[in-house]
Parts: sequence; C-alpha cells; structure tokens
Amino acid sequence: MTMAGRAVARSNVSLELRAWSIRRKALLMGQVQGQGYIGQALGIADVLAAAYFHALDYRPEDPEWEGRDRFLLSIGHYAIALYAVLMEAGILPEDELETYGMDDSRMPMSGMASYTPGMEITGGSLGHGLGIAVGMAMGLKRKANPAFVYNLMSDGELGEGSTWEAAMSGAHHKLDNLICLVDFNDQQADGKSTEMLCAEPLTEKWEAFGWHAQRVNGNDLAAVVDVFDKARAVKEAKPRVIIFDTTMCKGVPFLESREITHFVRVEADEWDKALAVLEEGRPA
Amino acid sequence: MTLASMARKYEARKAPEGERQATSAMIASLAAEGYDTVAAPFGNALVDAARKDERIVGLTADLGKYTDLHIFQQAMPDRFYQMGMAEQVLMSAAAGLAREGFIPFATTYAVFASRRAYDFIAMAIAEENLPVKIVCALPGLTTGYGPSHQATEDLAIFRGLPNMTLIDPCDADDILGMVPQMIAHDGPVYSRLLRGKVPSVIKKHKPDYRFQLGKAQMIREGKDVLVISTGLMTMRALDAAVNLAEDKVDVAVLHCPTIKPLDLETIAAEAAKGGRLVVTAENHTLMGGLGEAVAAGLLSRGIAPRFRMIGLPDAFLEAGALPTLHEMYGISVGKVVEQIKGWL
Repeated sequence: MTMAGRAVARSNVSLELRAWSIRRKALLMGQVQGQGYIGQALGIADVLAAAYFHALDYRPEDPEWEGRDRFLLSIGHYAIALYAVLMEAGILPEDELETYGMDDSRMPMSGMASYTPGMEITGGSLGHGLGIAVGMAMGLKRKANPAFVYNLMSDGELGEGSTWEAAMSGAHHKLDNLICLVDFNDQQADGKSTEMLCAEPLTEKWEAFGWHAQRVNGNDLAAVVDVFDKARAVKEAKPRVIIFDTTMCKGVPFLESREITHFVRVEADEWDKALAVLEEGRPA
Repeated sequence: MTLASMARKYEARKAPEGERQATSAMIASLAAEGYDTVAAPFGNALVDAARKDERIVGLTADLGKYTDLHIFQQAMPDRFYQMGMAEQVLMSAAAGLAREGFIPFATTYAVFASRRAYDFIAMAIAEENLPVKIVCALPGLTTGYGPSHQATEDLAIFRGLPNMTLIDPCDADDILGMVPQMIAHDGPVYSRLLRGKVPSVIKKHKPDYRFQLGKAQMIREGKDVLVISTGLMTMRALDAAVNLAEDKVDVAVLHCPTIKPLDLETIAAEAAKGGRLVVTAENHTLMGGLGEAVAAGLLSRGIAPRFRMIGLPDAFLEAGALPTLHEMYGISVGKVVEQIKGWL
C-alpha cells in the first residue's frame, strides 16, 4: 500500500469480512433474479476483496477520478460479482441491489460501461478486455499517469486469439503498468476449460510471452494479497499476470459440492439456504 | 475429388497475345489521364492536424507504408504505435487510448478491419461511441490480388453498425478535407483510403469543391441522367459524363462521400427533379451499399424515379490486372458510359 487513498486505509474492516460481504451481496442479487453467475461470483470474491480493499487506488465518490487504478471486467457475466464489490466499496449504492437485472437497472446481467459507475468497459464479447487494457496502459504512459490497469479475465478467454495478440503487445510495448488477472476455475460453457481448449502450461506460457507470471490459490486471501503486492513491485519493464486457481461456489459448501457447471442452477428455495450457510461462516 | 468450384484450376493457360496487363503493383493508378496527383494526402493531412492537436496518435498493424501512415510515423515517431500483424489488438488498443483521452487513427487494409477485427470495432469502439478513426486502404476493387485483399462488402458491414460514420472519399481533395473533419466529429469513423499518388479529380470539374462531412454535393449539373456516386466511382462518373456529353447526353453527378449518415435530403431533392434517369455508382458490392441505401431512402419518401445501380456483383472477384477487372465488373469509364447509354 503506497497511497493514503487506498480504500483499506479508510476502514478497519478485515479483507475476510469484505470477501464475505461480496459473497452475500452476490447471493442476494442472485435471489432477486432467481439465477445468475453465482458460482463465478463466489469463486472470485476473495480476489475482488483484495483488489478493491488492498491493491487498487480509487475514490468511491468520483469513479472517473483521473488518478484511479483502472479495473476492467473483460468477462461481462461476472458483473454480479463486480456489482457486489462496487457496492461494498461505496461506488454503487447498496439500496439498488434489488434492481439487479431488472428493467431500467444500472446493473444489467452482463457488464456494460454505459450503465454502471465503476464499470470501465463493456465486456461480454470475450477476449476484448486485455487488448483495451493494453491501449489504456499506453495512454496512461503517454500522460505520465502512474496508475495501473488491471484486467480481470476468465480461463475460457485464454482460448481467444485476441488474448494472445494483446499479451504479445503488452510485452512488446513494455507495459509495466498492466496487470492481468486470470480467474482459473477450470469451467466454461461446455465443460472444464482444460478439456475444451487446454491453455496449460499456463504460467510458462505467459512467461514465454514476456510477462512476469504468478500462480496462486485465489481463495487463499493472504496469498492473494501477497501476489498483488509482488505484481505491483516488479522492477522489470514488463507486464504482469496473476493466475488465480479458484473454486466455483466457494463459501457455500452444498453448492461447491454440486456438480459444477458454468451456470450453476440454484433452486428457488436454496437461496435462503445458501445465505444461511454463508451467515454461519461470517468472519469477525 | 475435385470440387466443382475448383475445376478451373486444371485448365491449362497460354500467355496472352498482344498488349499484356500485369497485376504487378497493388496500387494501380486509378484515375484517367489528365489529372494532377497529390502525394500521400492522408499522411500529410494527419501530420498537419496532429501538430495542432496533441490528442492525436497513430497506430497500424504492419501496414504503415501501405496506408501512408509512415508519413506520420516519420514526422512524429513518439506518437506512433506499430502494433504488428494483429488487427484485433490494433482496434482494442485504439479503444483503450481513446478511453484515456486520445484520438487514435488506426490503419490497415479494409478487408482486415471489416472482417478480422469487426467484433473489436463493434464492441470496444462503436458500442461505446469512442473517437477512434479507422482508415483503411484497398477499398472495393482497387487491387488485383483477389478476395483476400478486395474489400467489396466493407461498407455493407459497417453500415449496420450503430454510431459509425462512414466515408468513401473520391480523391486527394476529399482525403485532405476529411481528416480534420473526422477529428472534429466526436465519435468513431471508418474511412476508406486511396494512398500513394492520389489524383485530384473533383476540383478539376468544380474548382470551389470542399469536402463536407455528412453532405452530398452536386459536382456537375445535367438534365438527362442523375448519377449518385461515392468514392472512386465519382471519378468514373465525372469522366463518363464528359464522354456522354459528346453524345448529347447531359449527366449530373451528385457526389456522396459520406455513406453514413447519408445525406438523403439532398439526394431526395435531386432525385425528385423529374424526368432524369437516376443511377447510383459505387466501388462496392450492390448488396447493402450506396445503391440500396439510396433506393430505400427515395422509396420511403415516395420518390420513385427510373432507377439503376452500378457496382460490383455479389461474387468473390477474380484476380488480375485492375484495368481488366474494372472492365469485367463494369466500373471502368467505358463500362459506365455503356451501361448508362443502354438504360436511356
């Protein structure tokens, strides 16, 4: 942590509780719609907690503050998770939670820049975020703005050729202000991502593309915090990637143990049960 | 098994007798003789504009020399990004730079922008209405290299994309005029480009002509035929009009360099002046280009003149020498004259 502006400095709430609150908000939004990409949201909650309450610099009251670290959500369907953390961070008002996915909501099911404060880009057409992040990182350097650009993408997006065009480009242009976050939950629409189009060996692949690469359990908060710190502190003029191995539905054991799919089915009566289970595990 | 569509490749050929037309250079001299040329109008106009506006940056995907962006690169190397042969990140990165307050000019060939990078232009640039200016060489039938390089459907593709402004310039003066207006327009623009030594055509017919974004302009008046043309075909239409005048056929030429938004007000007003055969002319497939846009615009306004369209067929075009191909596909001056005479 280098700047007083970091949100964590304004609060004594633990990262564990932040992650827990993100999970809870995501479940509440899922309940509003009766569906949602809840498996991904529960899985990435720890990474988002560390990002927004440890790593990123931003001003909740001014989401377009020029000095902010940019956080790009390449995976549009993870919007439910980002809305949860944006509410937790005070960028989105919490009382809009029940509008999630409703007509005229600022929180559509797939994330779009023109709908939501704090949503930097329109995601959803996969394999776009990293290329846009490359351009933003170039732009920040042109302006001598020291902010970082973070791009959160999924393991499925590793199959898109555009991801690797952007990866080569980031290294070629020595974008040391670019940090790519890969959520590796080994799940995509048709099944396990390693069985669809296997991207392994992934750390070595990114390194071969000229990136500083780390891989860590994305549900181990202490480890997640540590890799964020290391990624920011790399001295070499190269972009950085962190691969987070995450568990879908983390934090709600009866969903975790369900046969996991890209779109986790939750029955109408199970939302309350999931929230109750989560409540039992509330950290201090 | 030989596919029926490929059977021709087993037919032996002989060298043609008499004068030979070679495919040779990618960029042929497009204009008829008698016109002056301007060297690299796009590159030079961009340098002029960039000297006044620090937000302008240039990016290309390994086609700087072939889109005249090398002029900008040489003049302002620190504002130029070579993105390599990677059109998807070319467009995404341009979007990112625009998000950070810059006005990026991204150049490649029209086929690569429209086909390979479409999703990136659609979602990263157009959907967010970012001021990225996409400038693409080899529009329509301006190379003899075959369908891999002939962007015969780019305007149809981009016409369907909300927020996009589309320009098909005719000549060097259009290109010199459009660059500052592209910058002044706060949104994405796709422009076709003629590069290298580009002829100056329209001013020879109408000395006070100046490109105006969004405006169709009468270049030449005439009482028998109204040609509504864009891009390279305005050159053809003007030369054809001079030829037809010798046969006492009086041809008006309305030049529409902005394809979207199309200046239907001017087009409708001219087409409503009764009695003239209305002919559209475009260096583009007849599917979804200027002709269909004009037809739809006129019919919706209750204007139904005698109407014909000149343009490329709904086909993958052949390889060969450009003059041969322009004859074959009906967009040479001679073929334009012939078609109009046939319709009168």
